Parts: sequence; structure tokens; C-alpha cells
Amino acid sequence: MVIKVSDLPEEEMILPGTRLCSGCGIQLAYRWALKALGPKTIVTNPASCSTVCGGVGGYTPLKVPTFYCCFETVAANAAGAAAALKAKGQDKEIVVLAWAGDGGTYDIGIQGLSGASERGDNFIFSCVNNQAYMNTGIQRSGATPYGATTTTTPILGKRQLNKNMRKIMEAHGLIYIAQTSVGYPRDIYEKFRKAREFNGKGVRYIEILGTCPPGWGFPTDQSVNLAKLAVETGYWPLLERIDGKLVVSQPSKRYLDKSKRKDIREFLKGQARFRRLTEEDIKVWENYIDAQWDEIRAELEKQGDI
Amino acid sequence: MPEQKVLTGNHAAAYACKSANVEVVAAYPITPQSPVVEKISEFVEAGELPNTQFVTVESEQSAISAVVAASQMGARVFTASSANGLAYMYEILCWAAGSRLPLVMCIATRGLGAPWTVWTDHQDAFSMRDVGFIQQFVESNQEAYDTVLMSYRIAEDPRVYLPAFVSYDGYILSHTMMPVQIEDEDKVKEFLPPLKPHIHLTDFDNVRSVNPVTPPGLTVRPEGNTPGYYEFRYSMQKAHEYATEVVEEVAKEFEAKFGRSYGNGIYKPYKIDDAEVLIFAVASVASESRGVVDKLREEGLKVGLISLKLYRPFPIKHLREAFSKAELVVVFDRDVGYGMEGILAAELKTALYAADHRPIIRGFIVGLGGRDITADQLILGVKTAIAEKDDRTVQQNTHVDFIGVQLEELGFKKEGM
Repeated sequence: MVIKVSDLPEEEMILPGTRLCSGCGIQLAYRWALKALGPKTIVTNPASCSTVCGGVGGYTPLKVPTFYCCFETVAANAAGAAAALKAKGQDKEIVVLAWAGDGGTYDIGIQGLSGASERGDNFIFSCVNNQAYMNTGIQRSGATPYGATTTTTPILGKRQLNKNMRKIMEAHGLIYIAQTSVGYPRDIYEKFRKAREFNGKGVRYIEILGTCPPGWGFPTDQSVNLAKLAVETGYWPLLERIDGKLVVSQPSKRYLDKSKRKDIREFLKGQARFRRLTEEDIKVWENYIDAQWDEIRAELEKQGDI
Repeated sequence: MPEQKVLTGNHAAAYACKSANVEVVAAYPITPQSPVVEKISEFVEAGELPNTQFVTVESEQSAISAVVAASQMGARVFTASSANGLAYMYEILCWAAGSRLPLVMCIATRGLGAPWTVWTDHQDAFSMRDVGFIQQFVESNQEAYDTVLMSYRIAEDPRVYLPAFVSYDGYILSHTMMPVQIEDEDKVKEFLPPLKPHIHLTDFDNVRSVNPVTPPGLTVRPEGNTPGYYEFRYSMQKAHEYATEVVEEVAKEFEAKFGRSYGNGIYKPYKIDDAEVLIFAVASVASESRGVVDKLREEGLKVGLISLKLYRPFPIKHLREAFSKAELVVVFDRDVGYGMEGILAAELKTALYAADHRPIIRGFIVGLGGRDITADQLILGVKTAIAEKDDRTVQQNTHVDFIGVQLEELGFKKEGM
């Protein structure tokens, strides 16, 4: 699907003036996801930074129906909403969006997500991954990358790699899985449009790398740049898995060639959470990126795509 | 035409869902509740519930979450659980009540682990005291069926808008067959018309955001002030205060329509008119107490029974009235408010503290974790309470007596009676 910029809808589903931090990547993700899904979307949102976006005291910038839920329950919530729409014959016209953070996806929310995925409940699950429990004050999560300092890995930095959530979701055999980044609004838009088109075919999983100025430790005007650097260094490939087939998205295709990838240091150095990384730690990052692309390349070869 | 069937308590609950035309069911199996889930699945797969979606969730927490969500889409919903599964739902039960959703849920009662038990007591149901649900206990499978139907009426009443529990004893009712009359669909529809939801997120003409972060104070805006958390919680308490009256009204209407009644819908009195001693109990304990009342009356003791059906809201006014002539109330709890005493006993003392007439209240613990409750045990309790009625030392005791606990057989000495 190629979307021209001139085709993008002008209508905003989030009014200006949210309570998100300045420079927050979530707002970009939320804005483009909702533009793609349109007004007939019902959002369910667990405890996360996005809960703050929804406003307090009954006034909300969101123009679509939204209901909040407990931290671990968003997928079950979406499953229940989807079941009700089906019972009422409204499942074709209305789309249910579970909008969670990485804690609500990788950690506390994984059981409900796995259950709904296995059952084939009809909704889009979106994880805005800002790589720690940012809303509660930057504690480590299963999505926090290697070496990052957080308020619960304050001195040594995280000594483990992040969980590979994409592979976990792939193991569920979903019809549509995508990875995108807030540095690429059009990519976000296209992927949510596609997820919408797979309505009725079970859970569609989209993970968005969401930059976080206070949690990652960078100036607010660098949000988009860092979200792009994550892609340009090959750390965060933009890709899709459509009905089992792996597709590397256009902006990431060139990084199949290792020589085109920027040095990972460019991504790491601008963030206070990585200020204590040693050369040895950076080696771990480089190996992580290389292994990731080796796997992607092998799979594309197997598919006959390269 | 109504149909006469012989059903277990679990299947009676499943038939009630069918009669109520429930639109979304999500449930997770747990002993002794599992056959409810199985029966509803059977109805759905056999096409007997064409408008119902059954979500075969992977946990109790997801079961209650799914029905909470479906209810917010304006659907009539149902779930059921027991003991540890119920405890696993706790967080979302509070969420359901706080969201003022009219969902109905059955509890096939069972003791809470540890140690593991699958047998009945009322600890699981009573542990949910403060989540904000309407809470009822039943004594027969017909009463389970009828109470589920009545519960939808109560929960969906705009004066109430609260979720409701219907609790029946694990095994004693859940797995025991009894005759149950299943009512005609049209007649049920007259009594229980389709849900007119007050929270309805699929209404896109009136886009709403439900349960956002709600600050301690009011949100003051030129467009209008919105309540703080405190005001929302005040309205929940008010809803409970109105609910007693609604429960009574619904019970009367149910009786007029179907010819069956369970006392006043709040409690079921048995031989209370001239009673000097009243037993106070719920569910299986109340059922066992009926025979005990008869036996003690044969001995010339003026004993009666108040079997409590509505536990939340706690019907203070009705209980003050019901106990206004009794000299002594013997409370049998199949549960413990650990560190205090039986939960029913403690609640009754609270309710009668400000009454014009305050009977002596003596509480006993019986039958935890499915330990058989015999008539002899209950008779022992009543006779002990009568003998020690005027003994201030006993009344001022700070321990609670467990009847039928077999410590001597284990080589221990038992404290108290």
C-alpha cells in the first residue's frame, strides 16, 4: 500500500492540548494511528502514559470513544468489546483498538494478549514501546534494552536484553504483525490502515517505538531524530509479517546492507540512559543488531525475496 | 410454556442466562463452577443462543475484564467463578462496580486456599464484601435460576446500576440435581425486557471517555464541573441504599408474574412468629437450620430462622424489624472474619447496635472447607447459646467458637467450647 501525503486525512482525532510531556513520541503515534482508523474506532487503554493523554476529570482530547481499564486487562477488554460488537452485528463497521504501553504488553499484559491472540479475537493491539515504565517514573520493563539505566537499574544499567516480543507474537501465528517508529508517521498510518483491513481475522499486532525525553534523557526537540536514528542504525527495523510472510518496509530496506547502517553510537550517545555504556556494552548492541539482520536476511532468502 | 427440568445448580444458572438472553458470556473453568461454563458453551454451539457470544478466556481476570468491556458496549453480560478464581478477579470486580455496570455473576461457593480445598464454605463470597456488588445467597437451584433473573432487573434499574452476585453452595447446590421450572421466554421478556444501557460506547453521536483519571477534587471548567472520585463513590453508596427497596419491589413483581417467592426477597423467615430464639444464617447453613428448628420445636423450644438472602446492601432496617422480638440470636457462619469473628455475626451486631431492642447475639463457626454440618452440631450451638445466654463472661469473650473442629482426635486441646 502506497499512501501519498496528499491522501492523508486532515481530520484530527486528538484535539490539541494533551497532558503528555513535551516531545513525547506517543502523541505522534496516537495521532497517526487514529487518523488511519478513523472515527468509528473504540479505544481501550490500560494504565500507561496514554492514560494521561486521555485527560483527567472527564474532559478528553480524544474524539473517539475511549474506556480505560486495569493494567493487565487491555487485551481481554478488547476481546470483550469485540464480542459485544459481534453480538450486536456492529463488528464490521466499528474497530476495537487496544492501546497499551510496553509494560501492559511485554510484562503484566502478556497473558491476556496471548489468550486473545490464540483465540483469534477481533481487534488491533498496539504497543507503544517507550522501553520502560515511564508513567510510574522510569522503572525497568521487559522491553528495556540492554545497558539502559532506569530508576530500578540506577547504577549498573539493565544487564539483560529486552524480551523479543515480536517473535512471541509471531509464534501465535497472527495474520498481521508490524513494527514501526514515531519517526515515520506515514509508515504508522499505512500499517494501521492495513491492520484495519484485516478486520475479522483475529488480533493484529503493531508495535511502535515511542521516544521518551524524560525517560531516555534527551532534549525534547530530538524526539523524531532519535526515532529515525533507531531505524537508520538498524536497531529498530520497520517491518511487517503478513499472513506469515516477512516484509521489510521501504525505509528499512537499505539497512539489509550493513554498510548503509549508521553507527549505533549515534543513537546511544544522545541519551542519558546510556551514558554509562562501555565499549564492551556497545559490542552487545552491535551483535544484537547484526544477529537481527542476519535472521531477517535468511528469512527473506528463504522466501525467495532476495 | 414453562418447562420442568431436573437440574444442578450450575445448570440452573446456565438456563437463567439463556432465559435472560445474555449477549456476552466470558468465563474460565474452576471447580465447582465449571459446569456453568460447559452448559453455556453447549447452548451457544448448539445454536440455542444465536445472539450470544461466548469468550473462552484464559483466566478469571480476563473473564471479568471481557464482560466489563462488553457491558460498556451496552450488552447484557454474565460470568461465574469460585474461590481462588473469584479472588483473581478482585481488582476488576471493584472496577465493574465503580463503573456502575449492570452485570450479573454467579459464585459457586468454595473455601479459599491455602490449603487447597474444592469444597464449599462462604469465605470466597464474603471476602468480596466491599467491592460494591449487590450480593445474594440462595438455597435451592430454583432459587438460583429465579435470583439470576431478578438480579438483572435489580442491576439494570436506574436507581441501582450496580453489578450483582448470586452465590450458591459448591457441590451442595452446584452439583446436586433438583426440579427447576424454566420459564417461558416471552414471559421472562415481559419481566426482564432487553437492557437499556446507560453506558453505551457504540453510540457515536455521544462520544464518551469512560473511567479516565479522576482527581480528588471536582474538575472545574467553564463547560461544567465534573465530579471527583469522592462524589462517584458517594453515589455508589447511595445506589446501595436505594437498592434494598428495588430488591423488594422486584421480588414482589417476580412473585406476581411467576408465583414463586423467597421471603420478601431480602430474607426468608421460618417459624419466627412466636420465636424467642432465632437462628441467623445464609445458604446451605440456613437450609440445614430449617430441620433443626423443627427438631428443637418438638422439644418445646421456641426457635425460628432468618435465612438471609440479601447480604449487600446489608438490610439493616429489615433486620432490626425481624429481630425486634427475639431474646437470643444464634448466628452460624461458614466463614471467618479472621482476627474478629464470623462475618455475619459481626455484621448483625453492627446492624442491631442502634436498634430499640438488642437481643443477645451469639456466633459460631461451622463447616469450613466443606466439613459436613450436622443437625446435632447446630442443635449443640443453639442449646449452648441458650444455656449461656445470661452469662456476661461468655458474652464478653474475645474468642470465637468453632463447632465440629476435631482437635482432640489430633492430640490437641481445644480452647473454648
